[in-house]
Amino acid sequence: MAFIHIENVDKRFPVPGGEVLALKNINLDIAEGEFVCLLGPSGCGKSTLLNAIAGFSPPTDGSIAINGNANATRFPGPDRGMVFQEYALFPWMTVAQNVGFGLEIKRLSKAAISAKVDMLLRKFNLYEFRERFPKDLSGGMCQRVAIARVLALDSPVMLMDEPFGALDALTRRTLQDELLRIWDEFRKTIIFVTHSIEESIYLADRVAVMTYRPGAIKRELRIALPRPRDTASAEFNALKKDIAKLVMEEQMRYTETEIKGYGSD
Amino acid sequence: MGASSLRAILKLASGIIIPAVVVVLWQMLAMSGWINPQILPAPSQVAVKWWDYLSPTAPYTTGSYASWLVSGELPHDAFASLSRVLGGFLIGTLLALPLGLLMGTSNRLYGLFNPLVQVLRPIPPIAYIPLAILWFGLGNPPAFFLISIGAFFPVLMNTIAGVRHVDGIYLRAARNLGAGQMTLFRRVIVPAAMPYILTGMRIGIGTAFIVVIVAEMIAVNNGLGYRITEAREYLWSDKIIAGMFTIGLLGLGIDFFMTGLNNWLLKWHRGIEQN
Repeated sequence: MAFIHIENVDKRFPVPGGEVLALKNINLDIAEGEFVCLLGPSGCGKSTLLNAIAGFSPPTDGSIAINGNANATRFPGPDRGMVFQEYALFPWMTVAQNVGFGLEIKRLSKAAISAKVDMLLRKFNLYEFRERFPKDLSGGMCQRVAIARVLALDSPVMLMDEPFGALDALTRRTLQDELLRIWDEFRKTIIFVTHSIEESIYLADRVAVMTYRPGAIKRELRIALPRPRDTASAEFNALKKDIAKLVMEEQMRYTETEIKGYGSD
Repeated sequence: MGASSLRAILKLASGIIIPAVVVVLWQMLAMSGWINPQILPAPSQVAVKWWDYLSPTAPYTTGSYASWLVSGELPHDAFASLSRVLGGFLIGTLLALPLGLLMGTSNRLYGLFNPLVQVLRPIPPIAYIPLAILWFGLGNPPAFFLISIGAFFPVLMNTIAGVRHVDGIYLRAARNLGAGQMTLFRRVIVPAAMPYILTGMRIGIGTAFIVVIVAEMIAVNNGLGYRITEAREYLWSDKIIAGMFTIGLLGLGIDFFMTGLNNWLLKWHRGIEQN
């Protein structure tokens, strides 16, 4: 069985006067160490699926097993570290305290915590900022701290919910490259939610394109291009064109529904 | 450096202009003879009285010079009022904080307690005076009771609001990192609610300061509130104003202290520099 095995997952949310089917019959297998992107327009349920894997909002039907254990995803836990688009750093903690917080919860010794925190902060060139508070950092630096905070946990799985969505294009590319380096070094299994086609092709081993409501897997595409990938190459752009066609079909359905005035998310 | 210190001096000087103009006009009005000095004494007369009020009553003989220096009536009154404010504020805050944290985190407790809180909250602490005297007689106990009520509700309401406004993203991030209920509460909910709690404490100590003056006018025989009521009995309007001025200074001091505490505890908070 695959490292992460998602089987027949449905997710329904109650809404006034009924319920909405957010995820429909999701089946997805992810190998250990694989980098998978969930790609789709707003409202396709990609974040819903990620939240289900994270244990924040378990599926209504079906199961999500990690290493064959379907109970693993019932609750949130440090085995599935999450990076949020809004960074979600604790503003009352310094950079070092943020990165060390998960280790503090694990009751590691002070020395062990600070050794690990220092190592990670140096890796991200954040060591000089360890006593600063998040309010003093730029968006890119905040997201580096958030990634370091998850790496500190040593979790095998890293869940990323549009982590670079709020960053400018140059910072975004820098962080994408850093993430690939980190992934290469720590061999995490990464599930990465994005609505950027280029980002998904640049990063992933495999892209799962999702349909607009109800969210289902429309197509899985293996990205066989060698890394580092050249976004200007012919192969890259051929893939981009193919995937754009798939995504735009769903985007059209999204736009139509929004214009008709049905609920948005 | 020269330019910036000059600017600082100018800023200070411009802050003094309006008070100085008011005092000069007041002095001129008092010296014109149109107004009975017993109704409105001259500021110079108030200043002399304030100095008398501040100074030790007996000449220095032996013992600690510092304690002689504060042996005057005003230091005694100020100390009495301040200790009532602090005592009542502490009682009110220590009761309001845990209740507020519980009501903020538990919807069930909120549902149970909120109706009662909403009914009691609009009652001004001063309306409790008759009951306070009936229950506690005269002296410090009714004063503490009234002051703690004055501090209780602002701290309670702000603590509840602070806890209920904690951004869900912090809770999700902490649970993702493996935080249990206690860690979540201690390390996430309480610090996230701290800006609200401190605002509540600031309002609470302000209310406590208002209530202490009223309580002293009625229930005790020392403190600044008592002293200005006593001065009225003798038609010492200069002493009334000297007492009021002292109340103003103490209030300013308390606010200064609270601002410092606020900035220190919330040094992580975005936008604290603007305060």
